[in-house]
Amino acid sequence: MPGRPICGHHLGVAAFAAGVALTPLFLPNEYYLTVLIVAGFHTILTLGLNLLMGYAGQISLGHAAFYGIAAYATGVLTARFHWPVPAAILAGIVLVLAVAAGIAVPTLRLKGHYLAMGTLGFGIIVYIILNEATGLTGGPSGLTGIPKLALGGVSLASDLRFYYVVWGVVLLLFLLAQNLVRSRLGRALRAIHTSETAAAVLGVDTERYKIGVFILSALYAGVAGALYAHYVTFVSPGSFGFHASVQFVTMVVLGGMGSLWGAVAGAVFLTALPEFLRAIEDYDILLYGGLLILCMMFLPGGLAEGVERGARAVRGLWRGRTPATSDGARQ
Amino acid sequence: MLHGEGIALHFGGVTALHDVSFAVERGSLFTIIGPNGAGKTTLFNVITGLYRMDAGDIHLDGRRISGLPPHAVARAGIVRTFQNLELFGNMTALENVLTGGHLLTRYGALDWCFRSPRFRREEAALCAKAEAALAFVGLSAQQDVPAGALPFGSARLLEIARALCAEPTVLLLDEPAAGLNLRETAVLGDIIRRIVERGITAVMVEHDMDLVMRISDHVLVLNYGEVIATGTPAEVQRNPAVIAAYLGEE
Amino acid sequence: MPAPSDLLQFVISGATLGSTYGLAGLGFTVIFNTTEIINFAQGEFVMLGGMLAVFAIRWGGLPPALAVPLAIGLTTLVGVVANRLTIRPVRGRSVIVLIIITIGVSIVLRGAAMLLFGKDTYALPGFSGDEPIAFLGASLLPQNLWVGGMTLGTLVAMKLYFDRTISGKAMLACACDRKAASLMGINVDAMVTLSFALSALVGALGGAILAPITLTSYDVGILLGLKGFAACILGGLGNPFGAVAGGVILGVLESLSAGLISSGYKDAVAFVILLALLFVRPSGLFGRRATDRV
Repeated sequence: MPGRPICGHHLGVAAFAAGVALTPLFLPNEYYLTVLIVAGFHTILTLGLNLLMGYAGQISLGHAAFYGIAAYATGVLTARFHWPVPAAILAGIVLVLAVAAGIAVPTLRLKGHYLAMGTLGFGIIVYIILNEATGLTGGPSGLTGIPKLALGGVSLASDLRFYYVVWGVVLLLFLLAQNLVRSRLGRALRAIHTSETAAAVLGVDTERYKIGVFILSALYAGVAGALYAHYVTFVSPGSFGFHASVQFVTMVVLGGMGSLWGAVAGAVFLTALPEFLRAIEDYDILLYGGLLILCMMFLPGGLAEGVERGARAVRGLWRGRTPATSDGARQ
Repeated sequence: MLHGEGIALHFGGVTALHDVSFAVERGSLFTIIGPNGAGKTTLFNVITGLYRMDAGDIHLDGRRISGLPPHAVARAGIVRTFQNLELFGNMTALENVLTGGHLLTRYGALDWCFRSPRFRREEAALCAKAEAALAFVGLSAQQDVPAGALPFGSARLLEIARALCAEPTVLLLDEPAAGLNLRETAVLGDIIRRIVERGITAVMVEHDMDLVMRISDHVLVLNYGEVIATGTPAEVQRNPAVIAAYLGEE
Repeated sequence: MPAPSDLLQFVISGATLGSTYGLAGLGFTVIFNTTEIINFAQGEFVMLGGMLAVFAIRWGGLPPALAVPLAIGLTTLVGVVANRLTIRPVRGRSVIVLIIITIGVSIVLRGAAMLLFGKDTYALPGFSGDEPIAFLGASLLPQNLWVGGMTLGTLVAMKLYFDRTISGKAMLACACDRKAASLMGINVDAMVTLSFALSALVGALGGAILAPITLTSYDVGILLGLKGFAACILGGLGNPFGAVAGGVILGVLESLSAGLISSGYKDAVAFVILLALLFVRPSGLFGRRATDRV
């Protein structure tokens, strides 16, 4: 907050950047790089979703729709209509923003369960459209032939280059989110989360802020979707349905709502996990459900809360006290 | 400077407020009293735009504020506290007060995106004001405590500090003494008088008659949504209609 | 312009499908009335009703007349267990937490069904045969009559329960005011468990009676649940009869648009209606407008 020295604000991010830069050196083979690239897409989306769910307290069960709209828009424009990639990406993101703005106003008047259902319904409508508009989207079998991303004429055919681009974008968007959270907007969002009434009587235009953060979170999902399309070069509706939306919500929840680092951790962890559990592929759906339940019941603050509690316990032990006393004051 | 005329509000078949009019003078402490269910908090909700009245008008310094949404009412200079406390439990005391000063900072997207000098300057200024507000109510030591962990008396004071940080022209206090013991009430009364001395107009809803009679400049009595008396504390205390309302008819 | 008999056919199949939406919606309503929670796992109760019946026949060799009640009974048990294990410990937490937990429960139920029963679709034999009956130019399956009859029967039973029995009234009391109800000596926790049992029962019934007509598989729960919720909203959240009426209306609309416009987008119909309702008239067709207290 205000009193701290400026360099303290970004120390964490600097360390993170260093970690991102050095990680490829330690990976045994290219496959892990692929996993981390996909984790990067998920992290971008989860960061945005965390701003919406964790900070502003609004739930969205249809965010994979924005991921898909951007992926399909840029995919269709490049594969079918041969647009240049940067223009297509821009168009995709603009489309996402337009759709988000369109549904934000009526949707965010809803609260609690109605909001959850409304976003869920929206997500399913988009999925159905992607599935049925076969002429445009290729229907259930998907759309192929999307060109790989190329920056300034240099094709990112190598995974390593793509890895750095994706995680560079992650870092930028992370910084953006962090600066948002540490400003008056961040406080207003957190206020809206706890008491919209109190926020309103203090001068916060709650409707405008909720709509704004919704659109911003859709933007994050859109950026992720555009990058996804130009990496995988193939999109199909199955990646953008209810299952995907639930996965993203799980990432936010597991990482810790209201914690940006938690969003990163949740996204990376849940992207990497299925890779390590290849053997039990069919059980992953049970795992997600179980994780959600256990997390909400015992650790509602997710990994972020777990880390915080662990750190306090360690500090308590270090000072020779039992963890119970150092926890007691907070409880 | 704050006038209400002919305010009426119905909830279905129930008349919550009927033909309520009031006039609050600048720099005074104006208290609204009345038995439970008389419509006092409802009147606050109407003034701050949380409820829409069915009839009537409210003017602040000649400017019409009836019908404005809550955040616009705040922008006009009226801020309130809540009977049942609406603190932001997930934030520290200081952060709560900083949020109170939301309208005092005006930097834009580019400013917070890049942490411009304007951003840092305005945040630092706000921080100073917030710390001053906390000091005013005596909560400086608790500034980093999560608001949800504060004892009740401190929580009440925090809500007042938060409202003060908004630099309001009119401060509405909804039963600020509810649930406070004698000592805390005395501290509260002192704080409220100091607020009024600073030039802030205060409108208070209260039940604690000692407090009301001791510190108020003007009193309005509501019963069943209607105004039954208005005047100085002494006048109101002697008014037979008021006595009947509180103690019942003979 | 399609023939009247075609229209009638659409209406019949729509009303049948809609009855299941309605029963699912009834389940939502019962739990919501008692706990103010929307149980996202409701759709899985519907799925389990059908799937358990199918497998009671396949694995247990039971005749349909026994398999269906068994399936309904087992699903009711699942509902009770789910409530005890996951929702009761966290009641009173924020809405987001509850929503996510019920989503988690629905995922676990779906995943378990997938592992136990596989990903195939299955058919249940009709309760009294599959011979179509001619009716005004359209054809009616005996199962359609079963669906209609059982739905009506459930509605009557519900009405009697809430109006005439003490425990029914106790449940309504919990819906109005939990604290007051518990001060009156009503065991709120038991009422909540009962409401989960009832809604699982009703949902499973809907699934079982529909399964002979539409095929069932492990993942029909999501769509059925959502459409059940749409039915609920259409009829006014909190109004049990509105939920069933809403379901039937929804089913007919869906069937008509599938027949007259396009069958691919028919699922979207329910959601477009849901969204339109949420945006414009959340209190539904038969509900009362709610005002918030500050």
